[in-house]
Amino acid sequence: MKRFHWGLLALAIVACVVAAWIIYVPGPTAFASGSTVALGDYKGTNPTGVPVSLASGDIVKRGEYLTRAADCEACHTAKGGVPYAGGLAFNLPFGTLYSPNITPDKETGIGNWTDADFINALHKGIAPDGSRFYPAFPYPSYTLLTNDDVLAIKAYLFSLKPVRQETEPNSLAFPFNQRWGMMFWSLFYNSNERYRPNPSQSAEWNRGAYLAEALGHCGECHTPRNLLQAVDNKKKFAGAVTAGWRAYNITQDATSGIGSWDLDTTAKFLAHGHVEGLGTASGPMGEAIDMSLRHMAPEDINALVVYLKSIPAIADTSLPLPKTMLASGFPTNQEIAENARGAMIFAGACAACHGWSGKSPILSYADFVGGRTVNDPTARNVAQAIIWGVTRHTPNGVVTMPGFGKAYSDEEIAAVSNYITARFGAEKSRITAADIKTIGKQASQ
Amino acid sequence: MITLHVNGQPHDVDASPDTPLLWALRDVLGMTGTKFGCGIAQCGACTVHVDGQAVRSCQLSIGSVGDQAITTIEGIGSSDVGAKVQKAWLDLEVIQCGYCQSGQIMSAAALLAHKPHPTDEDIDAAMAGNICRCGTYVRIREAIKKATAA
Amino acid sequence: MEKIATSEISKLSRRALLQAGAAGILLLSFRLPQARAAGDTFAPNAFIRVGNDDVVTLVMPQVEMGQGIYTALAMILADELDANFDKVVLQHAPPDKAYNNPIFGVQATGGSTSVRAFWDPLRKAGASARGMLVEAAAQQWSVDPSTCRASNSEVIHDASGRKVGYGAVASLAATLKPVSDPKLKTLKDFTLVGRPVQRKDTPDKTNGKCQYGIDAMPAGVKFAVIAECPVFGGKVGHVDDAKAKAIKGVQQIVVLDDCVAVVGDTTWTAIRGLSALDITWNEGANANVDSAQIWEALRTASKGPGAVAKKVGDVDAAFAGGTHYEGVYELPFLAHATMEPLNCTLHYTKDACEVWTGTQVIGRVQEYVAKALDLPIEKVTVHNFYIGGGFGRRLEQDMAIKAARIAKEVDGPVKVMWRREEDTQHDVYRPVYHNAVSASVKDGKIVGWTHRITGSSVIVRWLPPAFKDGVDIDAVDGAADQPYGFPNLKVEYIRAEPPAVPTGFWRGVGPNNNFFTIESFIDEIAHREKVDPVAFRLRHLDGNPRLKAAIQLAAEKGNWGSTLSSPRMGRGISAQNAFGSFIATVCEAEVDESGEVRVHRLVAAVDTGIMVNPDTIVAQLEGGLIFGLTAALFGEITIENGRVQQSNFNDYRILRIDEAPKIEVHLIPSTEHPGGIGETGTTAAPPALCNALFAATGVRLTRLPIDRNALAGRKPA
Repeated sequence: MKRFHWGLLALAIVACVVAAWIIYVPGPTAFASGSTVALGDYKGTNPTGVPVSLASGDIVKRGEYLTRAADCEACHTAKGGVPYAGGLAFNLPFGTLYSPNITPDKETGIGNWTDADFINALHKGIAPDGSRFYPAFPYPSYTLLTNDDVLAIKAYLFSLKPVRQETEPNSLAFPFNQRWGMMFWSLFYNSNERYRPNPSQSAEWNRGAYLAEALGHCGECHTPRNLLQAVDNKKKFAGAVTAGWRAYNITQDATSGIGSWDLDTTAKFLAHGHVEGLGTASGPMGEAIDMSLRHMAPEDINALVVYLKSIPAIADTSLPLPKTMLASGFPTNQEIAENARGAMIFAGACAACHGWSGKSPILSYADFVGGRTVNDPTARNVAQAIIWGVTRHTPNGVVTMPGFGKAYSDEEIAAVSNYITARFGAEKSRITAADIKTIGKQASQ
Repeated sequence: MITLHVNGQPHDVDASPDTPLLWALRDVLGMTGTKFGCGIAQCGACTVHVDGQAVRSCQLSIGSVGDQAITTIEGIGSSDVGAKVQKAWLDLEVIQCGYCQSGQIMSAAALLAHKPHPTDEDIDAAMAGNICRCGTYVRIREAIKKATAA
Repeated sequence: MEKIATSEISKLSRRALLQAGAAGILLLSFRLPQARAAGDTFAPNAFIRVGNDDVVTLVMPQVEMGQGIYTALAMILADELDANFDKVVLQHAPPDKAYNNPIFGVQATGGSTSVRAFWDPLRKAGASARGMLVEAAAQQWSVDPSTCRASNSEVIHDASGRKVGYGAVASLAATLKPVSDPKLKTLKDFTLVGRPVQRKDTPDKTNGKCQYGIDAMPAGVKFAVIAECPVFGGKVGHVDDAKAKAIKGVQQIVVLDDCVAVVGDTTWTAIRGLSALDITWNEGANANVDSAQIWEALRTASKGPGAVAKKVGDVDAAFAGGTHYEGVYELPFLAHATMEPLNCTLHYTKDACEVWTGTQVIGRVQEYVAKALDLPIEKVTVHNFYIGGGFGRRLEQDMAIKAARIAKEVDGPVKVMWRREEDTQHDVYRPVYHNAVSASVKDGKIVGWTHRITGSSVIVRWLPPAFKDGVDIDAVDGAADQPYGFPNLKVEYIRAEPPAVPTGFWRGVGPNNNFFTIESFIDEIAHREKVDPVAFRLRHLDGNPRLKAAIQLAAEKGNWGSTLSSPRMGRGISAQNAFGSFIATVCEAEVDESGEVRVHRLVAAVDTGIMVNPDTIVAQLEGGLIFGLTAALFGEITIENGRVQQSNFNDYRILRIDEAPKIEVHLIPSTEHPGGIGETGTTAAPPALCNALFAATGVRLTRLPIDRNALAGRKPA
């Protein structure tokens, strides 16, 4: 009897520890050696705010830079809609969330918000009416922002033309439609604490950390989430699926991450979302580059690189080392025997831009060779790009791949996705029509 | 000013480097044989050769062409393979409205230059990017085969 | 032959008009049109010019858009004229009533009418001119004209061995009175007609020389690209052009009430300028229209009272007893997607306008451009071009009117072009159609048949006199005169205009809808009656030997009844007489487990009467069948928020070469009046395909495009 009780207790303790371990999440920079200090106690170069070159600018100018760095536009703009007027649909397993209008329209936007309201929203995830935001709004990241930076962002948003655009109501199923539930979630997962620099790390590192964690909120997509949907920093930047797209492993693992990219390459990719031989960012990362990262000052890109380079490697065995050899010629009989439909669609709709070799005859942005997307044996992002298309802003103008999801069947999209990974990637994928149907709906629209 | 080498002749083009080759050919150089169909490399009507490769000129900016040799439908007949393709096209009366056929002929000529004896699968791979709304596909296939036999 | 219910309609029906033409009621205009080539000495009618330099110029009353009509019409003229075909020069007709299509009474190319309408007039024109040239030579030689003959643009007097070229007698011929009732050749005398002749238009289409409207480059031309409100009927609200104006090469931004155009030094700068514009549209009342509403409205309308297009026998009696079948068939909106996007080049000066464009209705372009610019019609000159695909889209003049309104604001000539996306989203669409059919079968034969067609009337807008008593003769074409001679028949039409969406003629026109319905439904009845679909059709065709023969030939050549190479394959047939031609088509198609369809083979047999250029007939069938397959497999324009959802070939899909089946076309020799051919294949393919899919899967598809989900997972039938 007694022993039994002891056993039960031990079991309960183990269960609690396990549960605690599962739900416990370390801070975003906890991986780094050295301890952190409050901003006010930090003696190094201020890691917050805007780059020196912009520091003398007015608050709106500074706010514009920070708003871009925080990439507010990507989520707060419907496809083809007015920037910041909201309406982008996030298709989640338990319903659809619509991003709100954050233009200063008094009725449909945030025109009536006070400074305190805005700070509350970004730091605590609480709306002026006291209701709770869902963590699709990355306030656990924005909570790291200084008050000054938050208010600069607000100043910029309030300088925009007010757009009258009602936000469609969310359609979440019970119990997810109970916003108050987020209170408990926030208790666990929103530190409500400003960024704490780490004096043992370099000034660049600290700036990079602020950019990546407080503003850019990289981990919101690139870090896997735990059971309670919190960013799990134990697997920091190890890759995850967000909004139907795979945000790849950006740890320093040389095979599945970006550990083999040198400093210059990493910087170039961050600034352009494209490096010859490494492919092109598409989907949400393409948007993050276009709306946010390409506007960053070179010193901030460098700071980000320094920070990324410090991320511990975590191997993802599902991602092979990208194939760097060009494919050759037209499809072989074997390819056709394996996937005739995929070969047909590739020939008709894809080859003109992407080339049969994986090197585009037109534009390096359309190269496949060496890119992670075609070297992902789930073919998830290949399929999403096909379904929805890709639009990228390059130094030489806008580059567009049209979407094919409306006119090609799930079966066809699966076939051509598998054809593409087989021809251009290290490992062929086996995505199915059912997968296409599912993932196509997951993308934000 | 950008210099393009079209059908063996240098041409100075006063247009911004992002201008697609298609519009430089048509609007600046007045070479209208290369056609606009979709503007997104889905139809192939704008196909030209750049260093012997079939390329969609609606997507290729003149700034990225450099010194590469451009061949258009106006010049393809001066190559053996081009002339053979043109002849086969007429012998089999492939053409209907003809609007896509500049591109079809350019794609076929590029195919035959690289693969003098293409299989049906090669023809599919090389020609599937060229849409013909009149539906001349049956004859295009035959004409390519005829051109190889010639 | 049964008469269409309303006699007024029959006056305008194609067949009636053809008969009228054949009887010589429609007189050829001998008035000379305004445009004449220099040096034309002898111009006996609107179609023929002979210069004293021996050049024979033939003026083409119908436009060349791929259907080979320049060659066919030139063959007819040259054959009767005995002109040297290799040397004749072809010219686009200017706008002039002399070139009116006798069937429409409008200078229009469409409805597969060109050869049907111009066969007699052109033969007479050629023969009459030949007679005058012979007469002139005979006068010169002082011999009896009956002792002379003509060949290869020469008059020959065999008795004396003398020969003279047409050019040398052109001046004298011009002084002679036209022969009003010339002797026409008999079939066996034709030297061109009936032989496969190299097309006149194709050599220049292999080397880039051929000029389409989009290739017009008048000196100093500027390039404009247009944007119209994405919502039908919407207007321009506000245009912020600051960014566009900053682009080098952007010359002008034209803002009209319903569209915006950017003018640049190249099309590319115009495109960039247009993309840089920030346009706010006033979307207007149509902003909430969507496909679901349109279908609902159409189905509701289909239940209302219909106008009777044809009534034969006693349908009620036929449905008393017998086995009854009912069916509903529906077709979607379709875009034309011509490879040459819409364009029109104009040079407006204060008191005149010159227009360069490829159009199926040159007279209307002239008329409406004049109206748009408030100019007298004679001050508008229109140059027609080769057409990079018409399919009915260029039977409209909307693009010319819009371009004219833009050109009015521009100094110097300007080419106005629609980008592909604009072309797709501002088309006039093949209407959505709803068909309710029923049949009564007794003793294995259909004894009663009703067909109620609901859809937009294009005719009411395009050719108002042809819409009478609520019946659109095009919408019921093929249904009112269905091929099977059902003894009791009622065909009704309900005009139902879709909200917001403009409709227009689309290759295959009314028969597309009607034969999809008839041929799907009769196939279904044959299946339910457990009779072979070919045998079942033949049972009803004793009164239609030409179609019967076509079905028999197609069945034979298509290996009807033989085992297919895969249990997932099926074979289907369709039959039609439309456009004056009799066609049967056998389709072999395969459906995989996921419902994906592969069309392997199409075999068509065609009796189109006298064949002018047999190879063109084969080509038109091949192309038309593929056009029809594209529609059946992929074609659908959908509407959401008042906008067309499709934009370019990525989402409005066109069949590609690797998706195209093998096609065989078998020609049936005939001495009947020539029929039309350009549209027939488009009409034939969809029902043949759906019947093949039924044979493969047991799933009857009653809507297009085909629903892969409905076919998915089906075991082989």
